[in-house]
Amino acid sequence: MSQEQETVVFQKPSDAVHTGHPTPMTYFTVAVVLAGITGIEVAVFYVNWLSYGIIPVLTILSVIKFALVGMYYMHLKYDARLFSTFFVCGVALATAVVFALITLFSFFV
Amino acid sequence: MEQAIPPAAHGAEHEATTTGLNHRKLLMWAFLGSDCLFFAALIASYLVYKGRSVVGPFPQDVFDIPVTSVSTFVLLISSMSMVLAYSALTRGSLKVFRIWILSTALMGMTFLAFQVFEFRTFATHKIEVECAGLEVQELTAIEQKVAEGCAAGVEKVVEQHGLTPKTNLFGSTFFTLTGFHGAHVTIGVIWLLSLFLYSFRRGGVTPERHLDVDLAALYWHFVDVVWIVIFTVVYLFGVFEGFQ
Repeated sequence: MSQEQETVVFQKPSDAVHTGHPTPMTYFTVAVVLAGITGIEVAVFYVNWLSYGIIPVLTILSVIKFALVGMYYMHLKYDARLFSTFFVCGVALATAVVFALITLFSFFV
Repeated sequence: MEQAIPPAAHGAEHEATTTGLNHRKLLMWAFLGSDCLFFAALIASYLVYKGRSVVGPFPQDVFDIPVTSVSTFVLLISSMSMVLAYSALTRGSLKVFRIWILSTALMGMTFLAFQVFEFRTFATHKIEVECAGLEVQELTAIEQKVAEGCAAGVEKVVEQHGLTPKTNLFGSTFFTLTGFHGAHVTIGVIWLLSLFLYSFRRGGVTPERHLDVDLAALYWHFVDVVWIVIFTVVYLFGVFEGFQ
């Protein structure tokens, strides 16, 4: 076997490497924001005049918390895109499963 | 002829694989993606059976939002201490790593203690109805049932209406969902404590082998994001009257 055939082609470094390193201060700031959002969620929960408006508000706040943990603590913002793809596909499928089941049970059960 | 990319100084960044990524880390992300579907099935079951329980107690009878908010806060902060443990390890500070990873495990155990307290409180839930000045329309369905025990000369009626997985559909789906999440947290705590103890062994946990800690951290953060969803969908929406 020639030397040419033995060569393995690796992915370009720009696609595979970390693109930055958050500092402990970044992690602390994210924790403060997460705690703040949780406080807002609980406060919003006790605001009666929001009525059904509570559902989109709490959903948006929850999505922000989810994204912050994913991007900064799980390093998806800095890591390879393939990792994000795996996780986002899982989350998207999971969300679709939840809505599909709710729809099925609402109309057919 | 194309050249192979040498491994980077920090180890896991450039791997000698076809993707250039570490296969253990890729496997962990594939597992986390699939675990999303597992929790989606449990959350969907909770939602589709919501409001279909024939007998109480119902979410508004048992949930204590301030208590659950505290346990949620503890789990969120544990994610910060986990990422600080990983950060300390990559900077070569094993002592700081040990402090943070032990803090994370302790916060995980605190969360589990809250969950045990909550499950126990639900199982022994008592409903008290003051008979004097009773206004039935202000009572929940189960309180109205208890209030039927009010008679002349009776000041207060107390009945135990505990919530267990066998009580109603709400109990079955709630305990299955939060119980499986608690099992995930328990596995995470065992994993973190193992890493803490392993770090005392020479060469056990080193900056060069930071991927071992990175994988545990990913799992721990995943447990955290799942709880973010459960707290909103199960607890906050659960008690909201318009979402019954």
